[in-house]
Amino acid sequence: MENIILSIRNLNAYFGDSQVLKNIDLDIFKNKITSILGPSGCGKTTFIRCLNRLHELVPKARVEGEILLNGEDIYKMDTMIVRQKIGMVFQKPNPFPTMSIYDNVLAGYILTGIKLTKEEKDRIVEDSLKKSGLWNEVKDNLFKKGVFLSGGQQQRLCIARALAMNPEVLLLDEPTSALDPISTLKIEELMIELKKSVTIILVTHNIGQAGRVSDYTAFFYLGELVEFGTTTDIFTTPKHKKTEEYLIGKIG
Amino acid sequence: MEKEIRKRVLKDRVFKKIITLFTYLSIIPLFLIIYFVMARGLKYINLRFLTQLPKPMGEAGGGIFNAIVGSFIIVGIASLIAIPIGVISGIFLSEFKESKISEFIKILVDTLQGIPSIVIGIIAYLWIVKPLKHFSALSGSIALSIMMLPIVIKSTEEILNMVPNEIKEGAIALGAPYYRVVLKVLLPYGFVGILTGILLGISRILGETAPLLFTAFGNQFLNLNIFKPMSTIPYLIFVYATSPYKDWHNQAFAASVVLIIIVLSINLIGRFFEKRWKT
Amino acid sequence: MRKDRVFKIVLLSGGIVIIILLSAIFLSLVFSSIPSLKEFGIKFLFSKSWDPVNNQFGAVPFIIGTLLTSIISLLITIPFSLSISIYLSEYLKNKTISKILQTLIELIAGIPSVVIGLWGLFILSPFIRNVQLKLGIPPIGVGIFTASLILSIMIIPYSASIGKEVLSLVPDEVREGAISLGATDFEVVKGILLPFSFKGIFGGFILSFGRAFGETMAVTMVIGNANRVPTSIFSPGQTMASLIANEFTEATSTLHLSSLIEIGLILFIISMLINILGRVIIRRVSF
Repeated sequence: MENIILSIRNLNAYFGDSQVLKNIDLDIFKNKITSILGPSGCGKTTFIRCLNRLHELVPKARVEGEILLNGEDIYKMDTMIVRQKIGMVFQKPNPFPTMSIYDNVLAGYILTGIKLTKEEKDRIVEDSLKKSGLWNEVKDNLFKKGVFLSGGQQQRLCIARALAMNPEVLLLDEPTSALDPISTLKIEELMIELKKSVTIILVTHNIGQAGRVSDYTAFFYLGELVEFGTTTDIFTTPKHKKTEEYLIGKIG
Repeated sequence: MEKEIRKRVLKDRVFKKIITLFTYLSIIPLFLIIYFVMARGLKYINLRFLTQLPKPMGEAGGGIFNAIVGSFIIVGIASLIAIPIGVISGIFLSEFKESKISEFIKILVDTLQGIPSIVIGIIAYLWIVKPLKHFSALSGSIALSIMMLPIVIKSTEEILNMVPNEIKEGAIALGAPYYRVVLKVLLPYGFVGILTGILLGISRILGETAPLLFTAFGNQFLNLNIFKPMSTIPYLIFVYATSPYKDWHNQAFAASVVLIIIVLSINLIGRFFEKRWKT
Repeated sequence: MRKDRVFKIVLLSGGIVIIILLSAIFLSLVFSSIPSLKEFGIKFLFSKSWDPVNNQFGAVPFIIGTLLTSIISLLITIPFSLSISIYLSEYLKNKTISKILQTLIELIAGIPSVVIGLWGLFILSPFIRNVQLKLGIPPIGVGIFTASLILSIMIIPYSASIGKEVLSLVPDEVREGAISLGATDFEVVKGILLPFSFKGIFGGFILSFGRAFGETMAVTMVIGNANRVPTSIFSPGQTMASLIANEFTEATSTLHLSSLIEIGLILFIISMLINILGRVIIRRVSF
């Protein structure tokens, strides 16, 4: 039996009066890639934004239920600790415009005032950039501003930035939807490599991508978790009609 | 780790509190000013105050009728000068925005807007008062029109820049000559924006005093001749406030109440329209 | 088409009018300053005495008065205007309160300067006088400090609105990126937003400084109208603008008038330079 790292129990999420997630029960397995699939508006982005407690920042947003990281309820933890343990990469690459590549990788430390020695900094930067596959391309230009990289490189920089904090879980919100096919492929390869050291939850509307990289798949529809299982099972023998319809392109 | 987080959370909370405090502190002057001016001025406003002429210096009583009429006339004439020139310039800047000369003129308009009002007063003095050899409402209007100009130009340019290309192209595609596209399509579309500029400009110059100090000067009698000095509300407030007579001080407050009400009303109406088209 | 050509010429002339207007303003000021320029030359900028009786005129007390009041008012303004910009752009989520707050702040900018001066003269100055009494300073009430205070009240709305606009240019993704790394709101502001917006906010302060520099009426009524270099922050003084406002209509000689106009020319040039500087800095902001 695989290790469960994240346990979502009875999760309900609201924007004001409108309910966006209904009774989500889901287990995320450690060091595996779980993809969250579903048509637009099914709640998948809201779902992962609950996992790093970003959802609650929107005015009138509300969450009910439990999300347990290694058995501990993240809603009882400090948001900052939650976010250090559960990192996020966004759909649109967002390197900090005023920081160099070097500082961007260390941004999590710089912003939160954690002091590091020069050796520690250099090591973290090199490790993170190597892990995200960007090291060779930028190692001679670490002090240039991050915004001068291409889209795919910027996204790998953002991945490095998230990895630098040593998270246990990495949330990827449609990380390749703004990128070209070659960059997309690179990042897919990256994900497979990364899962050895970090658990990955991937939101994607690209069914092919989910099929290529993920071990487990969760299918969301209209705010509900319709089906969850290994990717192979879901893709070859989906149990619910809606899942099947989505996979063959009938909906979404 | 816990202690670090506590410190950071504390810093965050303290920062938020300071920011909030300073923000709300900064609106206190608004209330202080309006309250104290109204408190001292409201009781002196009555029909007599608004419809009578001032009494001779030192005598109590009288009103500000000539100043109200004067403000009306001087601002009116200033608008008549500033609006056509401002709108035309605004159209020019919007229609020819790629050209180098347009860039240059935009900088000039900004510069014009930044000229201290007292310097504009000097200019109007040199151009009108000196040649005519006496103060006049006309010179005051010229000064105020120079101040109103950049406001009208900028609003016009801004709203015309917002006209979607499709609308312009649709008109051109129908075979309309250029001048008609501008007059019959662009201007009507941009009307609200241009109106906003006019309203904000008027509310601004209604309250201006410095440019009038040595142009329109003042006049304790009712004067409708624009070639003679004319009283205005802000000028009256200044003269009365800096005089030694307590009754005039009270009247300065009363006149201020009148001025505030007029200026802020027009300002609010202008901003109301502005929000409508700026979003 | 003929009508179109005429029309375009009319439009162009609208633009040319501005060029002519600005040039004419500058040239008129220079021309009318000539008597004073000829008489005093560059010494005008360094002489401290303003003596109409003996026809000796120097700009120093007024340049200093203007600089002092503008700088002090800017220093007072900065914490308030920054707070407003940050509060409105980052902390206040309620749209209704935000609109009301913004309207209130902008309303101050709508109050005519002479009314603010009136308030300053009759309500603020006596208050300052009381404070001075308690502190053992000569209780004059009016002076450099009072004028600076009034100026800051007047420029806070302008400065805050520029600051808020600059902060709103930061894309939401950048904010979310910082938050998702575990930063507190304060850390996001300090580490990302302020560095990003620094140029624009600084440019805004320069423009506000320029505004304070040229302000006339409110300052005239509370600065004390003393034509000498101020000795302390509470002394009465005079700015270039308030000097002109006070003495123009009572100038005793052509030289006096010309000197006043030269002061106006200096005011014009410095305001223009500050304005251009501020705008250049802000124009560099867009990413």
